[in-house]
Amino acid sequence: MIAETGLAALWLAAALALLQLMLAAGGLWTARPGRTDRQDRASIEAAAQLIGGVRPVAVVQGLLAAFSFALLILVFVNSDMSVLLVATNSHSMKPLIYKVAGAWGNHEGSMLLWVTILSLAGGAIAVLERRLAERTLVATLGAQALIALGFYAFLLFASNPFARVNPAPVDGNGLNPLLQDPGLAFHPPTLYFGYVGLSVAFSFAVGALVTRDVGAAFARAMRPWVLGAWVFLTIGITAGSYWAYYELGWGGWWFWDPVENASLMPWLAATALLHSVTVLATRDGLRAWTVMLAVVAFSMSMIGTFLVRSGILTSVHAFAVDPTRGSFILGLLVIYIGGALALFGARIGTVKQGSTFEPISREGGLVLNNLLLSVILGIVLIGTLYPIVAQAMGTQLSVGPPFFNKTIVPITLILMIGIAVGPMMRWRRDDGQALLNRVTIPLAVAVFVAAAFFVFAWGAGLFPILGLGLAAGLAVASVAPLWKRNLLRTPLFTWGMVIAHLGVAVSIAGMASERAFTVEKLVAARVGDAFWVGPYRVEMRGIRPAIGPNWSAIEAALSVRRGDGSNFWMHPQSRYFSDPPTNTSEADILTAVDGQLYTVIGQADGSGRWQLRLWWKPWVTLIWAGGALIGFGGLLSLIGRVRRERKAQRREALA
Amino acid sequence: MKRGLLIWVPLAVFVALAALVLYGLFRPDNTVIRSALVGKPLPNFALAPIAPGKPGLAAADMKGGVRLLNVFGSWCIPCIAEAPQLMALKERGVEIDAIAIRDTGPAVQRFLNENGDPYARIGDDPRSQVQLSLGSSGVPETFVIDAQGKIALQHVGPINANDIDDILKAVEDAK
Repeated sequence: MIAETGLAALWLAAALALLQLMLAAGGLWTARPGRTDRQDRASIEAAAQLIGGVRPVAVVQGLLAAFSFALLILVFVNSDMSVLLVATNSHSMKPLIYKVAGAWGNHEGSMLLWVTILSLAGGAIAVLERRLAERTLVATLGAQALIALGFYAFLLFASNPFARVNPAPVDGNGLNPLLQDPGLAFHPPTLYFGYVGLSVAFSFAVGALVTRDVGAAFARAMRPWVLGAWVFLTIGITAGSYWAYYELGWGGWWFWDPVENASLMPWLAATALLHSVTVLATRDGLRAWTVMLAVVAFSMSMIGTFLVRSGILTSVHAFAVDPTRGSFILGLLVIYIGGALALFGARIGTVKQGSTFEPISREGGLVLNNLLLSVILGIVLIGTLYPIVAQAMGTQLSVGPPFFNKTIVPITLILMIGIAVGPMMRWRRDDGQALLNRVTIPLAVAVFVAAAFFVFAWGAGLFPILGLGLAAGLAVASVAPLWKRNLLRTPLFTWGMVIAHLGVAVSIAGMASERAFTVEKLVAARVGDAFWVGPYRVEMRGIRPAIGPNWSAIEAALSVRRGDGSNFWMHPQSRYFSDPPTNTSEADILTAVDGQLYTVIGQADGSGRWQLRLWWKPWVTLIWAGGALIGFGGLLSLIGRVRRERKAQRREALA
Repeated sequence: MKRGLLIWVPLAVFVALAALVLYGLFRPDNTVIRSALVGKPLPNFALAPIAPGKPGLAAADMKGGVRLLNVFGSWCIPCIAEAPQLMALKERGVEIDAIAIRDTGPAVQRFLNENGDPYARIGDDPRSQVQLSLGSSGVPETFVIDAQGKIALQHVGPINANDIDDILKAVEDAK
């Protein structure tokens, strides 16, 4: 009965989404501008009643979707094997946390999670948003309902998570052992929160286009959603990168894999959006561009999800491939993205031009930032899709790290200059000479650091050295907004900006250092052999079997010592899972203050020697520490913005 | 006017993208990886023998006369399926050399005893290194090598009874 109740709730929620859409459309149509003055009282009242229904319907719709998702989790917790999804993805003996996570560790469940978050976000807008013009808000909720409706249809007609199986199997198939990792249990929901947060920005943009109400109020309403989505995406990408680094045993932290690109593209668009939305909120400039970015950001999330899910691109991440579902999602994409872009083309010409500004100004800096981010986004998109284009032309190829590194690294270095200088510029117009004075110190630091590396570590390579120099300059410049300020009275969102920009410097310093100074040793080691890798002496002391709950392994015992320091033991493993048969490398990583020693054991050569891969990666941890700082900065900024909004709302209420 | 057109650029880009993706979704699922060396000389290699009494294989052996180069493994089921076709080709006078991938001597010998032995030489490629340098991504694959030692044709997957004529024609053309 639980599954049927869940399905019924899902149908009801879908019906309410339809109702929400019709109320919004009907209300806006009845009360459309130009007609209002001629129409009689009755129809104004009718329109008001229609519009008045939108908010409550949105709230109930969100609650019903959440109820349905809660029931799906319950079915998984109960291990009800008569539900097909549970039987194929779960097992009665699994730990509880993986039973719960199993609810979204599959296609149907993750789509339900997606639509649940979407609907709850719609409900939250309905409850919380009071400052936006009512017409624009209603149009936004209408757009939100339209998006939800497509995904409800997808769930109900093509991916029913509550389908029964008869006869019910005795027990389930279990979950891929590699996915039984606490990190992965929370990785998909984190990214989904990010994607769906961008859907809210998309709906706001569509709403504002429908009512031609693109302005500061719209930007302020949208900003917390963009910031929140961006924080989740940042955390998701950072955590995903670290997971790939320690779990795959390849020693790399980013592979330009299509799935990684699929998460990076919405992040780039969202980064551009959250900067341009600030220009719109503060100075009422960049109207068309901000709306465009809001559309692009969510489009990138949908395109990314689609590319991954449809199996069009080959990726190291194995996902179930299903062309029927692929075409369904593609249909939804065409309707939403194509529709939004068509609406943009038809309406943006009638949106009044926002305020203008001089090229040398904060706005100018933010425009430059947006352009550079867009170029990077374009490169990633082209690089990701080019194999399909080439296929269409009849050649086979894959696009890999050399392409991305050559194109994206130089642009990122320019972008770093923008990040350093931008926050020092004044709004509207600035004096070039005064600006130069302000950047003197960071510039000097950057030049000094880069020069020092050129002299003492020329072999590091041009780009890493520039990266390290610019990172040092950016680190100094990023805290400049705090100079000569009362730190306690500095607004939280300024702190957020400072910390996020500092995070960029930290992260890029880590990337450059990893790139330039990594020491790699690939050796065939006998027991008793010793090797030097970076500052460490690694001695192979033994090889022994090891066993875990559902795997067996060959494990090396490595005795590791740095200088005269004490001895450490490291135990990299080569694991074998029997069900399904999988071999994995379990790297052992030693984290020091200034970097990580990364050890992997490979094959035996049959004569008593074992392949060992040893890396010394100086400062590599900065990459993720920087990512965490960026996310934390975003969070502070979000709290700061929301608090200021609340205050403004209270002031308006009192006035 | 310029701005008017600019507004529609994103939509145009998206439509092109959707068309591309639609093509990608419905194109025949082609996962065959073609070697970039077709029409070019064989890379240089020299492989040790693997089966008793059978010489190893070097690139230099492949010059002077059209030959087939069969990439196989005794552990590979489709290779068993294609064995009769290779025997038929041998009976039609085609000379066939082979590279055994990730294999052992006794296993290869058993494979030849059970499925027939069409090979003049067999090279031992225990780590797939020569296979990769040929641009071959799996087993079985068969290359037609012309008299100058160039790769004239790459056949990916097992040779079916229907493929024999095509391969004979390629051998004829390469002469």
